[in-house]
Amino acid sequence: MSETANHAGQPTSGGAEIDEQTRRDFLIWSTAAVGAVGTAIAVWPFIDQMNPAADTLALASTEVDISQIAVGQSITVIWRGKPVFIRHRTPEEISEAESVSLDQLPDPQTDADRVVKPEWLVMVGVCTHLGCIPLGQKQGDSKGEFGGWFCPCHGSHYDTSGRIRKGPAPTNLPVPSYEFTDDNTVLIG
Amino acid sequence: MSGGTSNFQSNSRIVNWIEHRLPIFSFMDAQMNQYPTPKNLNYFWNFGSLAGIVLVIMIVSGITLAMSYTPHTEYAFTSVERIMRDVNSGWLIRYIHMNGASIFFIVVYIHIFRGLYYGSYKAPREILWMIGIFILLAMMATAFMGYVLPWGQMSFWGATVITNLFSAIPLVGDYIVQLLWGGFVVDNPTLNRFFSLHYLLPFVIVGLVFLHLWALHMHHSNNPTGVEIKDEKQDTIPFHPYYTIKDLYGLGLMMIFFAFFIFFAPNYFGHPDNYIMADPLVTPPHIVPEWYFLPFYAILRAFTSDYWVYQVISLGGTLMSAKLAGVIAMFASILVLLLLPWLDRSRVRSSKYRPLYRFFFWVFAIDCVILGWVGGLPPEGVLVTIGQWSTFWYFFHIIIIVPVVGVLERPKPLPDSIAASVTGATQAAE
Repeated sequence: MSETANHAGQPTSGGAEIDEQTRRDFLIWSTAAVGAVGTAIAVWPFIDQMNPAADTLALASTEVDISQIAVGQSITVIWRGKPVFIRHRTPEEISEAESVSLDQLPDPQTDADRVVKPEWLVMVGVCTHLGCIPLGQKQGDSKGEFGGWFCPCHGSHYDTSGRIRKGPAPTNLPVPSYEFTDDNTVLIG
Repeated sequence: MSGGTSNFQSNSRIVNWIEHRLPIFSFMDAQMNQYPTPKNLNYFWNFGSLAGIVLVIMIVSGITLAMSYTPHTEYAFTSVERIMRDVNSGWLIRYIHMNGASIFFIVVYIHIFRGLYYGSYKAPREILWMIGIFILLAMMATAFMGYVLPWGQMSFWGATVITNLFSAIPLVGDYIVQLLWGGFVVDNPTLNRFFSLHYLLPFVIVGLVFLHLWALHMHHSNNPTGVEIKDEKQDTIPFHPYYTIKDLYGLGLMMIFFAFFIFFAPNYFGHPDNYIMADPLVTPPHIVPEWYFLPFYAILRAFTSDYWVYQVISLGGTLMSAKLAGVIAMFASILVLLLLPWLDRSRVRSSKYRPLYRFFFWVFAIDCVILGWVGGLPPEGVLVTIGQWSTFWYFFHIIIIVPVVGVLERPKPLPDSIAASVTGATQAAE
């Protein structure tokens, strides 16, 4: 700034002039700083309004009755707008999931870490690659090479514990936080 | 705007009264009537004005569609069907808008390749070129959000897949995706904001087009020889009537092409799955974006964990995931074009005088077509390899071939001037 003032033809006349310019610089920079912070604060509500609203967040938990699900059967329920797979696993599926050694897994996790009760597998049915819904819930669906789920969009294979085994998806199907409120009821979220 | 002076005169007292206060008549006269234009422009120079006209068609058809459209997950699909069946001329307006998007991209892609072939991006037109790239990006965002609005299966799953790309960003990715969705999945808040932005962005494009034209009129159009205007009298002709009539002829041809699709093949560019209402629980077996996104989609998908380019840029997989690399490559494939004016070291603009570059230009054009073809098919078998090598070539061409050819190539002799090229004065030198 001081340079501009000098070029404008103002004769420099000692220390007072320099003081004047330093003060002016200070005022300009502090005004700009206050303005920038103020603008940022004013902009935030306009960005934050895009985040999930209170009513969207209020739908955050879902109660499911699981008494009617036979062994080997799956149901899909909606939690936070997302499909959640609940599978009543067969003993073979459980032993298969438990017998896999961790070094075969792209995203290592034991089966015990993914279930509360081994016969019930509860997980978000959204492929961790780009968000498609994997097949494997219905009879006749392709279950992939590992007998679990198969995402048709880009070919990710999940095993009987919902762990990624093959394909582009980076991580296992996520397990939501849930609890058994009694023997027949699961509370998700 | 500079370039072109006006000796505008009027006998009308009203016109003169306004002109004295707002010199809009002399401005329009200078920029659209007397505006000096190289006399040797070929038909590839029609596509700029054609793109402008398609933009207006899209805005008019879009505003009228919005009068009957409901941006709500429960009503969006049925409101579009109502437009098709019950609203007067609704089917026509919707088919114009639907196919207009494809026509817009056809015209703009030809316009871009025209610029690549004739070196229109070179000094002093770098900013003109860069504004054009920003227009392309704004068009892509607009088209993507517009495709979501009918709330069909492809709308929903396209939106899901594309917004999920942002989850690849380390640390904040999931929060960004939640911010984009306004929830935990693509849902009503997402549809609402896409409608809002889809309505806004075309007007942003209009603003960018104005800047694009401003920059154009500073140094005037490039031309097939790439030689600058030296003598306005010898080298140029006024825009009106010479290029207004030439543009009008091209417009007629384009409208025939456009009308063919509107009336005889209205769903040719579309996907049948989008006539099924969005179902958040059922993913269609094969999700494809609209054709104009396919080359970029192919680049995105090329990055698998065993792709050698990925292994190199991620330092053997340690720096980033393949998913993130794909997302970065997809955006980089457009953003790298911003650097083109500086990557191209040749002082000769037009490929007409650059035999080596001309060869690589066509290889690059074919490469883009192959990428588009691969992008539309399931990523299986040999297609994966083809997509990966085409992706490699896309970047190799822009980052390595363009600079190297610019330095090594010996161009053919240029004509002395535009006028000389027209009269054939230096043809003997070739």
